[in-house]
Amino acid sequence: MPPNSTSLQTTRDEPVLTVKDVYKTYTLNKGQTLKAVDGISFSVMSGEVLGLVGESGCGKSTLGRCLLRLHDVTSGQIIFEGQDITHLPERTLRPLRQRMQMVFQDSYASLNPRRRIGDLLAEPLKVHGTVNGERRSASAITQRLAELMELVSLPRAALARYPHEFSGGQRQRINIARALALSPRLIVADEPVSALDVSVQAQIVNLFADLQKQLGLTYVFIAHDLAVVRQISTRVAVMYLGAIVELGETDNVLHHSVHPYTIALTQAVPRPVVGTPQHAPLRGEIPSPVHKPSGCRFHTRCPAAQARCAHDAPQLRPIAPNHEVACHYPVLSHN
Amino acid sequence: MPVNAPLLEVQNLCVSFATRGQMIPIVENISFSIGEQEILGLVGESGSGKSVTAMALMGLIDAPGVRITGMALFKGQDLLAMSGKQLRTLRGQEIAMIFQDPMTAFTPVYTIGWQIDEQLRVHQKLSRRQARARTVELLGEMGVPDPLNTANRYPHQLSGGLRQRAMIAMALSCNPSLLIADEPTTALDVTVQAQILDLMRNLRKTYGSSVLLITHDMGVVAETCDKTLVLYSGRVAETGTTQALFAHPQHPYTAALLASIPPMSGPRPERLPAIPGSPPQPLERPAGCAFAPRCTYSHATCLPAPPPAFHAINSHHKVACLLPMEGTPLPPRFSANTTATV
Ligand SMILES: Nc1ncnc2c1ncn2[C@@H]1O[C@H](COP(=O)(O)OP(=O)(O)O)[C@@H](O)[C@H]1O
Ligand SMILES: Nc1ncnc2c1ncn2[C@@H]1O[C@H](COP(=O)(O)OP(=O)(O)O)[C@@H](O)[C@H]1O
Ligand code: SF4
Ligand SMILES: [Mg+2]
Ligand SMILES: [Mg+2]
Repeated sequence: MPPNSTSLQTTRDEPVLTVKDVYKTYTLNKGQTLKAVDGISFSVMSGEVLGLVGESGCGKSTLGRCLLRLHDVTSGQIIFEGQDITHLPERTLRPLRQRMQMVFQDSYASLNPRRRIGDLLAEPLKVHGTVNGERRSASAITQRLAELMELVSLPRAALARYPHEFSGGQRQRINIARALALSPRLIVADEPVSALDVSVQAQIVNLFADLQKQLGLTYVFIAHDLAVVRQISTRVAVMYLGAIVELGETDNVLHHSVHPYTIALTQAVPRPVVGTPQHAPLRGEIPSPVHKPSGCRFHTRCPAAQARCAHDAPQLRPIAPNHEVACHYPVLSHN
Repeated sequence: MPVNAPLLEVQNLCVSFATRGQMIPIVENISFSIGEQEILGLVGESGSGKSVTAMALMGLIDAPGVRITGMALFKGQDLLAMSGKQLRTLRGQEIAMIFQDPMTAFTPVYTIGWQIDEQLRVHQKLSRRQARARTVELLGEMGVPDPLNTANRYPHQLSGGLRQRAMIAMALSCNPSLLIADEPTTALDVTVQAQILDLMRNLRKTYGSSVLLITHDMGVVAETCDKTLVLYSGRVAETGTTQALFAHPQHPYTAALLASIPPMSGPRPERLPAIPGSPPQPLERPAGCAFAPRCTYSHATCLPAPPPAFHAINSHHKVACLLPMEGTPLPPRFSANTTATV
C-alpha cells in the first residue's frame, strides 16, 4: 500500500466526517481488479460543503457510497462524528444512518412509482423514527410531513400525489425532503442536479444552499459540473482515476488551480460568453482504471509531465494554506 | 439556385403528433437558415422540440398520423416534399446525422471499421483495402488513438468518447455538406467534449461542412456556433448571430436562461437567478407567449393568442417578444463597465 497521503488542515472544531486512506477495489470477472477509490483522505468540517468533481469513472459515486457505508471499503477508515464506522455491524450503524443521508441523480428511480409522496416520506419516520426513545405518533408524522413540504417549497397537497405527477425538479425536491426527514447532519448528494435543465437546476442548487444555511447541514456534493460545484462548495476536491489530485478552498482550487488536470478541466468548461479565449483541449481520454498509468496517474495526458512523472507517484501535499496538490510540477503562474 | 442562397432554408416547419385522437403541436412555425460552412446552434431545454425538428428535416419521423408542414429547402430542393428514396440517397451523400448515443448509429454485430468501410463503399468506388485505408485515416483525423486496431473493435468495446468519434468519422465518410449533430457531446466528459467541439469547429475548414448543432448547453453554443436559435416549448423564442444574442438577449427566456447558469468566474451570487416553474407540456402551452407564466416581464398583452410575432431588432437578430415592439427592450446582458472576463 502506498504511504498515507493525509495532510489535513483542521480549521474548525471536530470534523463531521474523516476519511483516512480509503481504498475500494472491485473484482471483475477474469480475476482483474479495479481500484475505483485509490487511497483517499480528507475531512469535512461541520457546516462545510465539500464539492467532489471529476470526470465519469473517476470514482465519485463509489467514494460517496463508501462514505455512508452503502459500500464497504477495501481498506482505510471512515470516521463519522468521531466514531470509526468502517466496520460497525449494521445493527450498531442503524441509529447513525439517520444522521447521514444520500440524494441521488435520478429523481425517478429512487421513488417507488406506486406509492404516494406522503407514504414515501413517512416511511423513514416510521421505520427509524424514535424521538427520545418513543415512536412518533401519527400526528407527529403528519406535522413533520408538512414541515418537510415547507422546507422544499412544495404544496402540502403534493403529499397525496404520485411521483409521475411531478416534473424532474419537483421529484428532486421530494428526494431532498425524504433525505431530510430524519434531520440528518450530513448529506452526500451524488449528481443531484445533473439530470435537470439549467433553469430548474438553478432552483435546486439554491434549495441545497438554503437548506444548508437554514439547517446547518454538512454536504459532500458530488458533480461533474464545475460551475455547479463552484456555486455551492466551500471546498473542492478534484478527482482523477480514483485519487484526489487537488484539494482546498473553492477559490484556491478553481481560480488558482495548480494541478495541470484541474487547469485543463476548468478551461474545458464552455463559458456562455462569446469570445472566451479557447485553450488547446487536453489530449486523450481517461485511461482504463484497470490499467492505471504508472507514476503520476495523469502523466499520459499531462502537458507539464517530465521524465520523473512516469515512475514516481506524487502524493497530495500542502502548497499554500488550505490548498493541497498531488503533482511534482504544479503550475504556479498560469493566471 | 441563386448565388448566396443558404445551404438550408427552413420555413414555418410545424410538426404535430396524433395522440389519443388529438393532434398535438410539438414544433410550431420554426424558420431558420444555414449558410455554407456555417454552424447554427439549436438550443433549448429538454422537450423543447430540438430532436423532433432534426428528425423531421431528415425524414426520419415515421410515427403514424404525424403531420409535418412547411418547407425545408436544401440546395434548392424541398426536403419535406421528397420521397423516401430521394431522402435516403441524400442522407448518405449530402446530409449526415450524429446522435447523443452512438449505439444508435452502429450495429452491435459488426466492427466499427467494417461499418465505416461499408458506408464508404456504398458511396464511392473503393476496393476493400482502399476503404479500410480511408476508414483508418478518418478515425485518426477524429482523434481515435491507434486507429488501425481500433477499427477492428466492436462498438460496445469502445469508450463513450471513442464511439462518438467513430460515429463522426462514419458521418463524415460521405463528405456531407450538412452535418446535423443532436447533442453530440451531452454524454461526454468536459475534456472530451472540448475535443469534440474543436473537431466540429474545424469541420468547416477540413470538410467544408455546415453544421446544425443541437444542444441544451448555452456554453457549447457560445463557443461553437455562428448563429443561434433559441427554442422554447416548440416555438422559436429568439434567433440571431451568436455574438448579438449573447451580448444582448432580447427575449426574457434567453436572458433568464443565461442568468441561471452558475458563473465560472467573478463573484459567486448568493442565490442563482432561477426561472420559476418548468416549461409547459405541449398540450398546456399557453395561447399567447408560451413563456408568459414564468416570465417576470409578462403583462396583459402577452397573454392572448396568437403568440407574439417576430420582431426584427436588426437584419441579424429577431425575437418573439412584445417588449422591443412596445418600446421597452431588455437591457444588455453586460453593462458597459463590466467586461465579459473569464
Ligand atoms: N459494481 C461495480 N463493479 C465493478 N466496477 C465498478 C462498479 N461500480 C463502479 N465500477 C467502476 O469503478 C470506477 C468508478 O466508478 P464510479 O464510482 O461510478 O465513478 P463516477 O461516479 O466518478 O463516474 C469506474 O471505472 C466504474 O466502471
Ligand atoms: N413520436 C412522438 N409522438 C408523440 N410525441 C412525441 C414524439 N416524439 C417526440 N414527442 C414529444 O415532442 C416533444 C419534443 O421532443 P424532442 O424533440 O425530443 O425534445 P428535445 O430534443 O428538445 O429534448 C416532447 O414533449 C416529446 O414527448
Ligand atoms: S506529477 Fe507530472 S504528470 Fe503528474 S500532473 Fe504533475 S506534472 Fe503532470
Ligand atoms: Mg457517478
Ligand atoms: Mg433531443
